[in-house]
Amino acid sequence: MSDQKDEKKTNRRDFLFTATAAAGAVGVGAAVWPLVDQMNPDASVKALASTEVDVSSMQPGQSLTVLWRGKPVFIKRRTEDEIKKARTVDINDLKHPEKDEDRAKNPEWLVMLGICTHLGCVPLTDKGDYDGWFCPCHGSHYDTSGRIRKGPAPTNMEIPKYEFVNTNTIKIG
Amino acid sequence: MSNHEYTPSSKFGKWFNDRLPLLTLANHLTDYPTPKNLNYWWTFGGILTFCLITQIVTGLVLAMHYIAHADMAFSSVEHIMRDVNYGWLLRYVHANGASMFFLAVYIHIFRSLFYGSYKSPREIIWILGIIIYLLMMAAAFMGYVLPWGQMSFWGATVITNLFSAIPLVGESITTWLWGGYSVDNPTLTRFFTLHYLIPFLILGLVVLHIWALHVPGNNNPVGIDIKKPSKDTVPFHPYIVIKDAFALLMFCIVFALFVFYQPNILGHADNYIEADPLVTPAHIVPEWYLLPFYAILRSVPDKLMGVVAMLSAILILAALPWLDTSKVRSAVFRPLFRQFYWILVADVLILGYVGAMPAEGLYLLIARVATAYYFAHFLIILPVLGWKEKTTPLPLSITEPVLGGSPNLAAARSDEKIEKTIK
Repeated sequence: MSDQKDEKKTNRRDFLFTATAAAGAVGVGAAVWPLVDQMNPDASVKALASTEVDVSSMQPGQSLTVLWRGKPVFIKRRTEDEIKKARTVDINDLKHPEKDEDRAKNPEWLVMLGICTHLGCVPLTDKGDYDGWFCPCHGSHYDTSGRIRKGPAPTNMEIPKYEFVNTNTIKIG
Repeated sequence: MSNHEYTPSSKFGKWFNDRLPLLTLANHLTDYPTPKNLNYWWTFGGILTFCLITQIVTGLVLAMHYIAHADMAFSSVEHIMRDVNYGWLLRYVHANGASMFFLAVYIHIFRSLFYGSYKSPREIIWILGIIIYLLMMAAAFMGYVLPWGQMSFWGATVITNLFSAIPLVGESITTWLWGGYSVDNPTLTRFFTLHYLIPFLILGLVVLHIWALHVPGNNNPVGIDIKKPSKDTVPFHPYIVIKDAFALLMFCIVFALFVFYQPNILGHADNYIEADPLVTPAHIVPEWYLLPFYAILRSVPDKLMGVVAMLSAILILAALPWLDTSKVRSAVFRPLFRQFYWILVADVLILGYVGAMPAEGLYLLIARVATAYYFAHFLIILPVLGWKEKTTPLPLSITEPVLGGSPNLAAARSDEKIEKTIK
């Protein structure tokens, strides 16, 4: 019985077991991480980070789709009517409240990722109940500011980082 | 297990078997005592093994000609179809083989549901089966991406985006799955690798599935425990082997009808257009065997909850042995359960149908009702039935109702199906 009492106490052997297991766990983790991380975007994918687009020939009402990082980007030169529609909406009616002023700093130009925030399909331009975009996959309707108005998509279409290099060129990324 | 005292007859056989008891295993498999009332619904295990082997063999040879690269995958598949000797046959067998595999697995699963094969002591067999089913879906999905057509690309986009619904880490996980910022070449190469790997994982799990089956032995249409070996059992060979072989032959006729007469009827014409990241097809639908789950996904208006509902619809099956509180296995002796069983079958078929239709108006309403019923069946109806249902008396043995003089004879006769199987 006295032996048992001794065993219950933490002894040097227990310390060795714990230390060995901890060192082993760190080692296994370090060995597994490269196997996991190799699946993340590689250097060549990351290198294609920005694209410049010439928009000089675009008329109001026209839109252009360009590929950036393998994803479509919609560039839309909006008409007066479309801008008005986007700016007069009561922001409290929106599922994902965002002001059009924040989404399109230059009201005439809307630049956004052409990817439905539901499951990643490419919405169709100038379609849907709000005359903006309509996703044919699961029926999400977006307005002329690319904001979700109806359907399963949780958020508005994303605005990528972009800037006007000059009046005719937009740099995305 | 049935015969511990097996000794090979030849001297060499004995020498070999003492060192590696393969002959004992072969003997176990041939003599394995099987309930003698197994009906044709029990032949799908063998059919599924055939399907798996067919997919592995045809897949192996297709991989000799296929090129897993975003620029070349589509044309390499056309090259298989047009240039490779018998390439058209191999690809059509592989593509339709996937559908046949799922057809067989659904029959196999619904057979278990009807005869209560998932109940004690067969829970582990059932759970292994669910894991195999999940892996089958993963393999089928990744395989469908490989031809790099429009449906391949957009199917992959939609399914991988399901992971983006996970709060906080969702975006990082999808980027990690893609190896980029969208479905692209890195996605294709890893899907090819995994598509090649999964069938062998399935093969390993099938071995465990059969091993676990051979511990308690087969369930049977009457669903009662039987002594084995006894007058209620027959040896696997030749009785079950010949029955399985006949069923397999019938199954192959159906398989051949698809391969030789309608090889593309289960596919989508859009997949003969090369993948284009700028254009989404007007109507994205998964392959027919995933439609019920797709309907569940779309019936929930919230992205995260939709994904949760879809996954739960599959995972709830793993909890089935504990959700079904009835001690009686076979639906033959459960008059109420039998009715709910057929309602569930209809419910899943309806989900499959609305999954193929646009998610709006009446279709959406039907999908929502059917989804709610699907979960209610497992979470409410089954647990309650176990307490409330008055089951009909069970026979004491498989042989008893046939030989007569049993109080259960009338009960057995009232059901045509059971009577047939006993003969």
